[in-house]
Parts: sequence; C-alpha cells; structure tokens
Amino acid sequence: MERRTFLNLSSLAAASVLLPFGRAIAAEELVSTMPVAAKKALADVALNAATKAGASYADVRIGRYLNQFITTRDLNVENVANTESAGVGVRVIVNGAYGFAATSDMSNDGIANAARQAVAIAKANAKLQTEPVQLAPVKGVGDVSWSTPYTKDWRTVPIAEKTDMLIAANKAGMEGGANFMRSMLFQVNQQKYFASTDGSYIDQDVHRLWAPLSATAVDKATGKFRSRDGLSSPVGKGYEYFDARPEHKIKAAGGVATLYTDSYDIVEDARAAGRDAKRKLTAKSVQPGKYDLMLSPEHLWLTIHENVGHPTELDRVLGYEANYAGTSFATLDKLQSKSFKYGAPIVNIYADKTTPGSLGAIGYDDEGVKSKRWDIIKDGILVNFQATRDQAHIIGEKESHGCSYADGWNTVQFQRMPNVSLQPGKARLTPDEMVKGIKKGIYIVGDGSFSIDQQRYNSQFGGQLFFEIKDGKIGQMLEDVAYQSNTQEFWGGCSAICDERDWRMGGSFFDGKGQPPQISIVSHGSSTARFNGINVINTARKIG
Amino acid sequence: MSILTQEQTKKISDRVMSLTKADECIVNIEGSTIGNIRFARNAVSTAGLADDTRVQVQVAFGKKQGTATINEFDDKSIERAVRRAEDLAKLAPDNPEFIPAIAKTAYKPSDTFVQKTADIDPEYRAQAAAYAIEGCRKRGLVSAGFFTDRTSFETVANSNGLFGHQASTSLDFTLTVRTEDGRGSGWVKRSARDVSKFDPREAAEIAIEKALRSVDAKALEPGRYTVIMEPAATSDLLSFMLGGFDARRADEGRSFLSKAGGKNRLGDKLFDSQVNIWSDPWDKDVAVLPWDENMLPRERVELVKDGKINALDYSRFWAQQKNQRAVGAAGNIIMAGTNKTTEELIANTKKGVLVTRTWYIRMVDPQSVLLTGLTRDGTFYVENGKIKHPIKNFRFNESPVSMLNNIEEIGKPVVIGADEARYSMLIPSMKIRDFNFTSLSDAV
Repeated sequence: MERRTFLNLSSLAAASVLLPFGRAIAAEELVSTMPVAAKKALADVALNAATKAGASYADVRIGRYLNQFITTRDLNVENVANTESAGVGVRVIVNGAYGFAATSDMSNDGIANAARQAVAIAKANAKLQTEPVQLAPVKGVGDVSWSTPYTKDWRTVPIAEKTDMLIAANKAGMEGGANFMRSMLFQVNQQKYFASTDGSYIDQDVHRLWAPLSATAVDKATGKFRSRDGLSSPVGKGYEYFDARPEHKIKAAGGVATLYTDSYDIVEDARAAGRDAKRKLTAKSVQPGKYDLMLSPEHLWLTIHENVGHPTELDRVLGYEANYAGTSFATLDKLQSKSFKYGAPIVNIYADKTTPGSLGAIGYDDEGVKSKRWDIIKDGILVNFQATRDQAHIIGEKESHGCSYADGWNTVQFQRMPNVSLQPGKARLTPDEMVKGIKKGIYIVGDGSFSIDQQRYNSQFGGQLFFEIKDGKIGQMLEDVAYQSNTQEFWGGCSAICDERDWRMGGSFFDGKGQPPQISIVSHGSSTARFNGINVINTARKIG
Repeated sequence: MSILTQEQTKKISDRVMSLTKADECIVNIEGSTIGNIRFARNAVSTAGLADDTRVQVQVAFGKKQGTATINEFDDKSIERAVRRAEDLAKLAPDNPEFIPAIAKTAYKPSDTFVQKTADIDPEYRAQAAAYAIEGCRKRGLVSAGFFTDRTSFETVANSNGLFGHQASTSLDFTLTVRTEDGRGSGWVKRSARDVSKFDPREAAEIAIEKALRSVDAKALEPGRYTVIMEPAATSDLLSFMLGGFDARRADEGRSFLSKAGGKNRLGDKLFDSQVNIWSDPWDKDVAVLPWDENMLPRERVELVKDGKINALDYSRFWAQQKNQRAVGAAGNIIMAGTNKTTEELIANTKKGVLVTRTWYIRMVDPQSVLLTGLTRDGTFYVENGKIKHPIKNFRFNESPVSMLNNIEEIGKPVVIGADEARYSMLIPSMKIRDFNFTSLSDAV
C-alpha cells in the first residue's frame, strides 16, 4: 500500500516547502561518516544504561539518513534538496513489555537518558500487557558490516550531471510527443548501526535510487489528455544504474516497448513515454469481458505486492492492523492446514532479503537477524508467513524471518514486508512464445492504478500500456483497461510463467503501514506470466 | 521547547534576516507535540509522545533559490542554516518561474487553538482507548483503534517585513470493532479541534453497534444503487476531485476542468444545484491557519456555487501569467448541508445502501476523475426507510463529479479528517442515486 506519504512527498517536492526527511545539508557534508568505533561506544552507553535500569533485553539503532531529491518539470528544475536526519532509537523489554525512546541528542547523557526513558515506558506498558513478549533467539554476531554493492556513489555525482540527465529526459519526452514532462530523482543513503544485548554490533550502509517520470499528451481540439509513466524500477544500487548498457535492454513481446533489467536508459524511456502518451489519445477503447492476461514484470510486481505480500504479513493476520491497513483472508488456520490452495501448482512465491539490487536487500534486519530466503507459496499451497522475532513462535518457527524495519532512527521497528517474488517458470518460454498460445487476451506493461480490499480478496489494477492479443498475435493498442479479480481465483488462473531469462524486479519506495504511519521499501521479481479468464472492465466515463 | 511563543520565534526570524547576504529571505518555523495511543486485540500496543521544532531558511540570489532546515536554535546553528541555504542557492540553476517573496501582509487570525486540547495527557489518551477496549471486552468483541492529538505552531516571516505566528490544536480518533468470529466489523471516526466536542464513549458505541449489526452480511448484486454515504465515506472522493481545481492544470488541458479548445470550465455548471463547496480559514468548526504553504493569505473562496465552478486555484506564478489574483490555497473544505440527520435520510429512502466508510481509493482516470475503492466496516441494505440487513462490501468505480450530479438529499455536515487528504473538512451525509458498484468483496 502506497498511501499518504507518497502523495505528500510529491506535493511537497512540487511546492518547495518544508522537507519531510529531516534537516537540509550541503552537498559536501553528504560523504562524511561517523567512525564505527564511535558508534559502538555510543551503543554501549545505551545498552548499559538500559540494562542497569532493569531491561532484560535492549537494542539500539544509531541512524544517519541522507536523502537527495530533484524534481523537474519540462525544461525547468523545480527543486534540489539534500536532507539529513540523525539520531538514536533505543528499544527495551522490561517485565515482558516493550518500551521505545529516541533522541537526536547524541551525547552520552542524551543516549543514556533515552535508554532510561524507554525502560520507564516499558514498565508502564507492562501493567497493560496481556502476554509477555517472547523473542525468538538470535546469536550475537559480534562486529560485522554490510553494504549495498555499488560502484558509483550518488553522493559524489555532481548535481549538474543529475539535473542535466532529467532535463534531457524531459526534452526527449517532449520530442517524442508529450506536451508536458515531469521527472524526479530520489536518492537514499541509510547509515544504520545496530547493537543489542545479544552481542551484535552491526554497521550497514544502504543505497537506493528511483527515477520516476511521467509524460502527458494533450489534444486541445478534443480536450482529451493521456499519460504514460516511466518503466524503470526503484533499485538498491548505486548511481551506475543510470549508465545504460545495451545488454540490460530487452524488447517486450512483439517489440511494443523497451524494458530494462540491471541499468536504465531514462532518456530513451522518456522519449518512448512521450510517443506512447500521444498514441494513447487515439487508442481503441477496450470491450469489457473475460480475457487471458499476459502481465509483464513491470506490472505484475504490484499485483504480487498487494495480494500476496500484504496478506501474508503475520501482524495483519493477527489483527494488529485491523483499524488501518486491514487484516488478511490468509488466516492462521489456512497455514496450519498445509493444504490451502493460494494459486495454481506452477505458482511458487518466496520471500528474500538477499536478492542483489533489490530495495529490501540488507545484511541484517532492524532486530539484528541475518537476511535470508524462505518459501511463502510452494506449488500453489500457502506454506509460510512473514515474521519478526516476537512473532516467530506463533507460527511454530524457531527463528525470525528477519522482517523487522523502522523508517527512521526515531520510529520503532515492526513487521514489514521483505522482497516477495514469483519464481520463474521451469520450462523454457519467452514472452513472444507466450503470445502464440493466447486466443483472446490483453498484454499489460507497466503499473497503473491499484486498489484492494482490507482483507485482500478483491483487487482492481490498471497499467501503463495495453495491447490486444488476438489468435496468437499482438494487435493494436487499447485504452480504458482495468481488471478485477479475487486473489485466490487470480493466482489459481496462472497458466504459464516465462523462464528465468525474463525475470526482473519492480518495487515500491513508499509502502505505508502502521499508526502513526511508517513507510518501507520493497522489491518484487517475476517473469512475464499468463492468467486465464480474468474480468476486464472498461473505465471510460463522460462527465458534464 | 517544541511550542515556541511569538516573541521567541520573532527573535529567531530576526536573527536569520540579519545574517543573510541574499537578495531575499523567507523563514518558516514550525513546532509540534504529538501524542498517541494505539491498540489492537483489546490491548494497548503502542503509546508515545513526539516533539519536533525546526526552522527553514529559504534564500534567493536573483532567480537562484536555496533552502536549509535545522532543528537547533543556538546562534551558531542558525547561522549554519543560513550559510547552507546560501550555498545551495549559489549551486542551483536559475528558476525561470521564480516569483519574489510576498509583500508585507497582515494576516487575520483564525481560531485554531484550544487550550483544553493542548492539555491532553497520557491518562486522557489511555481512557479514550479504555472506553473502546472495555466496551468490546464486555460484549465479546475485538477492538483496534488509534487516538492522536496534536499541538503545534507555525511562524512565517520574510525580508519584506511579513510576519505571522499562530498555534493550533487537533485530535483524531478511529476505532474498528470486529466480532470474535470475524463475521462483523464496525468503524467510527471523530476529528475535532476542541476536545470538549469529542466523546470517546459515544464514538465507541457507534463502532460497537455497527459491528454487531454487520454480522451475516448478505450478497447484493453489483450495479447502480441509491446510496446514503456517511460523511467519512465521501471525504476522500471529494479530496481527489478538489485537487483538480488547480488553474494551471485546467488551463494546460490536464484536468477534468479542462475542455475542448484549450479552455477551462470556470463558470460551467458541473454539479447539482444543491452543491455548494467553499473554503474559509475562519470557519468556527474547521478553522485553519490564515496563510497557505507559500505564505499567501487565505480567504473565504466559493469553489462551487449552486453547482457551478466558481473559482480555480491560481499559484502566484500562474496568476501572473493569466493576469489573475492569487489567493492562498484552501486549507479546509466545507460543503453546505441541511439539518437532516443520517437517520432522516435513511427514513426517506425506499431502497438503498448505507455506506459507513470507503477504502483504498485510487484514481483510475484523471480525465473524468473516475475513482475506484471499496466499502468497509458497515455496509447495510435500506428498505422502506429502515436498515433491513447488512450486506457484503462492494467495489465501486465512480466519479465524484457524477456523484455530485446525482444528489437526491443532503444531510447535516460534520467535522471529518480525510484518510489521505490534508484538508480539515466539514462534510454532510448525502443520498446519491445511481452510484456504480462494480463487484463484490468477501472482506469483512
């Protein structure tokens, strides 16, 4: 679920008002870092103060969160902002209850005070506690470090180079046929230090990027306008992602679009977006009915996110999100039955926080648990959920899945979705070969509008590009397409999945959950997949 | 420390102005204290209090702008923020749409602060949660909810002598009550500036009653129905639509208020004549700051008058381009209603659907403001003036433009905070014909 945060971010960026990430800093300050030994000393202050005050367990997160975002409109740079937020969050368990406190005062006294405050909060909470917190064991790993693999640090790339790239993209989009272009560049560096009374001291350096764009074409004579968004993915990579390489470009089935794997040609995609937006003005309106859908990974990631990722979050299953993000149809009894058919037997979906280049890739989660991979749906059957240390025992696991995440040093860590991905098909199959087997279908590329109910049964998805498939061939461009489905029926209708040569990831920078809300990041990989007999509606409307 | 007085912030902004060498300088100081309590499974899950104060300095050299924000207020830190803003401005390219800072303006204060709300303490929050938790335990129900209160201030100043300072308070409460077997779910939302207007017991009882009444929902075929929408059910739909009132988007052909030939729909009658929507920073129920995010003074603006598009929202840049007067962007939305209660709307309905809440609303087509989303936590079938039985939830595909054209009856406006919008809202319940439900959801 990408909710208010994204809307706010977009509007804030456009309005050049108070920045949401923290205090703004100049470019040269971005690359300075705090020595690991200094972080360890501060962490020990927190852990010692917490245990001395009565904590049976304590963890501390020392975080420095750096962001830079650039917004452009047509040939203008609207805003460039560097922001920083740094501080310390301490979580404790006292008398079986959690307490949490955070401070931006990184003096020894400031940190010790925060630790004592967390203990006081835990003691107060313990009076209301119905069941004591039960943490799955984690063996301390001592001093370790992890970094996103990257070759080009976004922090060292001159701002002029970045703004030139975005303006070049906007120019290409307008040359391609758009009347209006908008492109943005989100860049994230999270310097996260975690320590706990289990004996772990974990230093991590996380880098992420995203360059969304949107092309809009207007037909002034008719008053009609249409848009096409970029086909890139947000990634856990360095700035080398924008050094587009020919081997990272692939053609969509029928050559209807150029798609990207490990690097991204934003100028090329913007030009195509301008062309596609203009083409959409005269595309054929879809005839509603049942179709076989062929969904590209640039689209399917969002479906996986909404109707597999979210319903298999254990905190939703248990009811902790009932008032806001919702609960789940995938209840505990369905898991325990070991026979709940989530999808067709070819559907294998797994969670993995180790996939290189993914948004969720990390060495250790925010509870010090080492990242790993596990199955969620195996041969179509629900086999597991996503859990944190305090949830693992509920589903009979002996260790956590490593799904704990906080969006800042000042927010408490809780259960968030890992990368959840669809395994490629076992038989050799390309998207072009998949088309040949479809009599009446629609090929959808790119993600559009999305909505799903609070228990994750009924969903509706749009897209960026829609093409008719008739008797094994890709035909004309369609518009006004959205499909509605029930989660179990949708995955039960999965009839073919392309092989690993077609596998790639999409993802979200702003997945919202919790009250007060926090955002998280997550990638979802898949190959192009086919779903039989899905209900397609026509979304064209006339007003006034 | 987080809530500063006017004297304190005046001193800080004066200090910023005295330090900068830029052509112009804009200062924004904000602070807040936010308390909250969250509960689920009939127990408190988290509770907290967060303080934050920061000063933002925006400077310009010619058409080059730079911005820096800092949350430390000693002289050295303030100076550092000023220098950073100046450094970033020197690095930035010229902004061709640069508009100089606003001239000195006198803001007319609005009534946004209530001391009683600012005095809310952890015991009050815990008690608000306790009414819901205990009420549910007694009836074998399961509660999940969130109460949050906020006390804040904002100061705006610039090198033309502009200065404004005002404090605000607000609270929001949401509660979902589910039956233990998961077959029923009810919900309530309350928003207020003045805590004395909030009754947590009354709110809890509504969600409890809806949960109990919603068990054993029957399926109704999707299709077009007369609906009675409670205020919370329409707040997000209206927010999506009002985003399209931006004059530039309308003039450029990128909004539902654009029309063929490159013109906008200002003056066109798009809605039923009963529809009147305005914003007013001084409204007694939903007062907001008398300036917008760009420090432009807000005024009472009639957005929709007797169903006609009466005003568009002009940024300062676009107003200059189109020779119009820019007014501060709306901070609240008020829709005219009647004195009729929702119960009276139900009593006047032969056949219809009562909707408590809508959920996960997303734009499907900005050309027509077609939105999709679902009903949730209390959807009922109404027949011959009475709630007959609960029904399964629906997905809808509907445009608020069509919705406001199909109004049969309007009820009494109530204060409501939209789920995803930033407006304070005063919205009536509405009875609407031909509302388009496109599929059923099994979600309870």
